[in-house]
Amino acid sequence: MISSPFDPNSPLAASITTLLFVTLIIGGIVFLIVLGPTLYSYIRFRARPGDDTEPYQNLGNTRLEITWTVTPAILLALLFGLTLMTMHRSDPPIPDNPQPDLIITGHQWWWEVLYPNSGVVTANEIHIPTGKQLLVQVDSADVIHDFWVPQLGRKVDATPGYTTHMWLQADKPGTYLGTCNEYCGTQHAWMRIRVIAESPTDFAAWEQSQTQIPAIPTTGDAATGAQLFQDLTCTKCHSIDGTAASAGIGPDLTHLGSRETLAAGVLDNTPENLATWLANPQAVKPGVHMPNLKLQPDEVNTLVTYLESLQ
Amino acid sequence: MSNIPLIPENKTALPRLGEDNGLLAWVSSVDHKQIGIMYLLVTLFFFLVGGLEALFMRIQLAQPENSFLSPQTYNQIFTMHGTTMIFLFAVPTLIGFATYFVPLMIGARDMAFPRLNALSFWLLLFGGLLLYFSFLGGGSASVGGVGGATGGAPAVGWFSYAPLSETAFSMSKGTDYWALGLLSVGIGTLASAINLLVTIISMRAPGMTLRRLPLFVWMVLVNSFILLYALPPLNAGLAMLLVDRLLGGHYFTAVTGGSPILWQQYFWAFGHPEVYIMILPAWGMLSELIPVHSRKPIFGYEFIAMSSVAIGFLSFGVFGHHLLAVGLGHVYEAAFGLTSMAIAVATGIKVFNWMATMWGGKIHFNTSMKFAVAFLIMFTIGGISGVMFAAVPIDWQTTDTYFVVAHFHYVLFGGTAFALFAGIYYWFPKMTGRLLSEKWGKWHFWLTFIGFNTTFFVQHFLGLVGMPRRVYTYPDLPGWGLMNMISTIGSFILGLSVLLFIANVLISLRRGQPAGDNPWGGWTLEWATTSPPPVYNFEQVPPINGRRPLWDLAHPDDMDEQRR
Repeated sequence: MISSPFDPNSPLAASITTLLFVTLIIGGIVFLIVLGPTLYSYIRFRARPGDDTEPYQNLGNTRLEITWTVTPAILLALLFGLTLMTMHRSDPPIPDNPQPDLIITGHQWWWEVLYPNSGVVTANEIHIPTGKQLLVQVDSADVIHDFWVPQLGRKVDATPGYTTHMWLQADKPGTYLGTCNEYCGTQHAWMRIRVIAESPTDFAAWEQSQTQIPAIPTTGDAATGAQLFQDLTCTKCHSIDGTAASAGIGPDLTHLGSRETLAAGVLDNTPENLATWLANPQAVKPGVHMPNLKLQPDEVNTLVTYLESLQ
Repeated sequence: MSNIPLIPENKTALPRLGEDNGLLAWVSSVDHKQIGIMYLLVTLFFFLVGGLEALFMRIQLAQPENSFLSPQTYNQIFTMHGTTMIFLFAVPTLIGFATYFVPLMIGARDMAFPRLNALSFWLLLFGGLLLYFSFLGGGSASVGGVGGATGGAPAVGWFSYAPLSETAFSMSKGTDYWALGLLSVGIGTLASAINLLVTIISMRAPGMTLRRLPLFVWMVLVNSFILLYALPPLNAGLAMLLVDRLLGGHYFTAVTGGSPILWQQYFWAFGHPEVYIMILPAWGMLSELIPVHSRKPIFGYEFIAMSSVAIGFLSFGVFGHHLLAVGLGHVYEAAFGLTSMAIAVATGIKVFNWMATMWGGKIHFNTSMKFAVAFLIMFTIGGISGVMFAAVPIDWQTTDTYFVVAHFHYVLFGGTAFALFAGIYYWFPKMTGRLLSEKWGKWHFWLTFIGFNTTFFVQHFLGLVGMPRRVYTYPDLPGWGLMNMISTIGSFILGLSVLLFIANVLISLRRGQPAGDNPWGGWTLEWATTSPPPVYNFEQVPPINGRRPLWDLAHPDDMDEQRR
């Protein structure tokens, strides 16, 4: 799975890829124009041993100077025209009164994803329907982050106090990897993004399932875990719909069991990995804002059972 | 260079540390040559420290999910690497060269303000030590008992973006040391800029008109103007950051009404002119040594000088291309894309002129010239990838990825550092009276060339497959581990090449071939005096009737002025 602008999956990204190819070709030609004569001089105009005469003392040539000033200028003017066109294509104008389909907020070091129309809240994994150009609002809760999914289009900074917008679209179903692209502190490396593009019907089903409030388990380990979650400090940062936990500091855990990864991409979401994470988040993602709660192994197990049941 | 006649040892050696008052003769010196050498030694030291930091980073990145360094340590080290290489190596080493050679090239006895010159140097050293003291004195800030950050060096990147650099997110005092250290360095650099400007404008020997100024001096002149106007925004920004951090100000904190984007504007209003500050004197060096090694005058003197003046002005109008991903709107972005393309034209003119200087010459391919030719090729690669960022949508994809890391290392290492090595092989004989060994030089050059390209070329691809910069580790995605391993291997070859260079310097200082006054047949005034020059520089400044006084002296019937 390579997340490269060379493998675009939206008309937005594809227009940038075209520009990238054009500049690479122009750049390659320019490089050869410099390399050729330089290497030729290297071979042809070597000083021969014993030849102490001075070569012809040439001070310059105005016509040549004009040539290699004007030609690149024309070339770059053309490139600038192409740039303007591509800017318009890859980043179409944002309406004056934007009604975003998605609100993405960067946190140290995870992404909050809100679907304002349905009220669904999730983290790090962004489900979108294919074939639709979605308007995304990008915010930050703390420092500057940057939202980037190379195959789908441009990146944009998430700056605190300065809301920005961009378009997001995927042509084909699939998982598109992205990442935070502005240095944002200790765990900038593990602030990864997954865009999961699905057919409109699959997406509707997913969105429907995410609006359901999970039932609070009443029996077994899951019930113990659910109680533990409320009794420990978990609720100071996290929220789970249908319970008293409603803090908005850490990721929303209402449907944690349905996600693919944990800790913004560090671990695959399996019960074993979740247990490792809960036992000591600092060992998995050093510096993360979730403290080591020094949980007992049986506490970890019941919490894992509960959290993984939140589908 | 076996055709150099046996030359007696020079009698004007520099004071030695072991002699009576040897140390005092250096510490208290206001002589531009001694200060210049101290600049070069101190910046070489910081270059080695910064290089070591780079090797630590490359070890950590050699494999996916490596745990050689903790994220906190890695972030401190990449911050220190960038800060060191820019503020304590690239800029001051070029100023050191200028301090040594500008008075010699214009036929002056010293700089205009010798004491200010010494102050500039000591402020640089003090600022550098203050910055590095943060490793010890920054204190360990434990964030609410969570994953305590070890050590106290700054971990906010060399660009120190607010609000990450504000106390709410960077409690360690490292960021304060960073700001104070850079203020010290910055004030010293401003003093150097004023000193060099006044020296060039008012201390030229009779006959040395501006149209006859060696191009190195022209570049330093333009450079000093850029420094004069680029450093104040940085110093002001640093002062505001310190007000925020130490006095509870709100310049850059969004939650209390400040603006993080304001910091970016201040920083890059300095930071992009800074890029030209780091390359202009290097261009000047090439414009001196390519003609001498090719045995031809520089091609298109006026065009090189004037395109550099154009760059001096344009350099203040391109900084916005560092903010293309902020989302400031298409008008802002297109305007800065356009100016960035314009500056590429002015840069290209110089590359073509250097090529034309070589064309039809009789080129001596010594180590100095090899580095110069490699510069032309490496710098062109960096220039081409630079133009790609001016095409705004490409910047939207590639900015802050390893593609950028590759790009600016091609410009700053493949460019500035290669030019510096070319310049050191060229002027070391003037400074010490001895030639650097060509045998060691050949090894040094090829290992640098191979190591550099192995390290950085592959990083273009890393960026294009989505690897962001400033990450302490990365997921095991296809190709990422392999490409990073290649880059790490290259960095160790590069490290080895630097050791060879140091060995060459140390051995040549003791046993190098005596150079004589003018080992390369140079034409500018510094070659008219002894190597090393006496304290007073010249017993008699030769008559200056053109751009190449020593050519005119040797060819009275074929003087440059008659050629136009």
